[in-house]
Amino acid sequence: MTYEVIMAGFGGQGLLFSGKVLAHAALIEGKELSWLPSYGPEMRGGTCNCSVIVSDDPVGSPIIARPNVLMVMNEPSLDKFESAVSAGGTVFVDSSLISRKVERTDIEAVYIPATQMAKEMNAVSLANMIILGAIVKKTGCVAPEVVEKSLRETISARKAALLDLNLKAVEMGIRFIEENGK
Amino acid sequence: MAEKVLMKGNEAIAEAAIRCGCRHYFGYPITPQTEIAAYMSKRMPKIGGTFLQAESEIAAINMVYGAASTGRRTMTSSSSPGISLKAEGLSYLAGADLPALIVNIQRGGPGLGGIQPSQSDYFFMTRGPGHGDFHIIVLAPATVQEMADMTRLAFELGEKYRMPAMLLADGTMGQMMEPVVLPEESVDPESIPATKPWATTGTGMKRAHNIVNSLYLKPDELEKTNIERFERYAQLEKEECRWEEYLMDDAEICVVSVGITARVSKNAIVAARKEGIKVGMIRPITLYPFPKAPLAKAAEKVKSFLTVELNMGQMNEDVKLAINCSKKVSMCNRVGGMIPSSDEVLEAIRKEAK
Repeated sequence: MTYEVIMAGFGGQGLLFSGKVLAHAALIEGKELSWLPSYGPEMRGGTCNCSVIVSDDPVGSPIIARPNVLMVMNEPSLDKFESAVSAGGTVFVDSSLISRKVERTDIEAVYIPATQMAKEMNAVSLANMIILGAIVKKTGCVAPEVVEKSLRETISARKAALLDLNLKAVEMGIRFIEENGK
Repeated sequence: MAEKVLMKGNEAIAEAAIRCGCRHYFGYPITPQTEIAAYMSKRMPKIGGTFLQAESEIAAINMVYGAASTGRRTMTSSSSPGISLKAEGLSYLAGADLPALIVNIQRGGPGLGGIQPSQSDYFFMTRGPGHGDFHIIVLAPATVQEMADMTRLAFELGEKYRMPAMLLADGTMGQMMEPVVLPEESVDPESIPATKPWATTGTGMKRAHNIVNSLYLKPDELEKTNIERFERYAQLEKEECRWEEYLMDDAEICVVSVGITARVSKNAIVAARKEGIKVGMIRPITLYPFPKAPLAKAAEKVKSFLTVELNMGQMNEDVKLAINCSKKVSMCNRVGGMIPSSDEVLEAIRKEAK
């Protein structure tokens, strides 16, 4: 199985980091993987995305034309990538930030009020980790428990104090999927 | 087996260089290769090495010239516009027969161009990046693992043939992360100069001075150095060509591509094979010396070639030369920082199959 994941939204939402945590988890599991950021004059507030491929087979191109997992944290990203998702794929929408629904009927949509949930734990910047938790629980692209180890090994020394909050956010995402029966 | 770590291509080059005994990095920031300089700025001070952000690319390459003269493993890195500035220094390094590692993580041009990936420095790098008759070794990695491995190869080949060696990659390769097994730390940086009898390591009053220079005012002497240098190039061309063949056994169409486009092409080739199209790929790994022999051999059996490149058709010419224009050589290309999708490459393959 090959998971082609695009995480997209505004700069500053931690999309590159959540992609890195996913990629590192795949590394821990001994899977093949690639991580490719959009790069450029990007800043907090600008658009930003990263492409993560997790596979049992060697990765060819790291560029994803048709993601089967899409995580969007702003409306322009949903507009941009919705049509690219492969049939049967899953879109994870931060429904606190995006009011519209997914239009396509051949893909599954998971709506998570991630930014609202993160605000309630006084850590608005961790909405990305909540959705990451939901992605791994829902798709099984990596084992949810490996994400914890990946986070411990990936988080920078500067942000080490936030490790527990990050772990809690991932856990909330996992629980969201469990409780919403998806 | 050694541990796999997750690194950006740029970081893998930097760490690999350190593990290969490089202790002198001189550079100037430019996207999309700045991670190399950033990594070196953190690591070099901790291991007694030199990280120096020069006042310009020109200054940095001349610092490389100085450090390389002493026989030490030394490097600089930049991206396309910065490499233009280094051209003078590259010519001097070549003229003084000095080995050094130069990394070029290409972006779109000409001029300031853009900052997205490109392969448009192909001619510039493979034809002689500076004034005078000379070549540098040019290696084209297509994975983060190869970026680490070829860092070592570039140092070793450069020293063996006494010439500058370049890692030529595109912005995607520099920015992406993949698992990589880094080379073992097997080289003592202090022991390297002693292996170079030409290096200016101090005479100790025991031998004549070694002189590193590229100025020869007597034309007959200068002619001699040029001829001797090209004898080394001939040896290099004979012995050091490297390439990868992918599904070439029964191929009727031969894709030729390097770096990120070789990876996109692989996806397209897998898809084309599912449609019954007999297509394979030859991926040059050394761009100078260019692997002409496998292409010439392929020309005996394939119907046509298809280069997939991020330029207006630069490697396309080398393929035509390698096969003496004996078969059609088509092209699938995007420029300016755009990358062809695997669907675009697949469409180009289908067209060849018709």
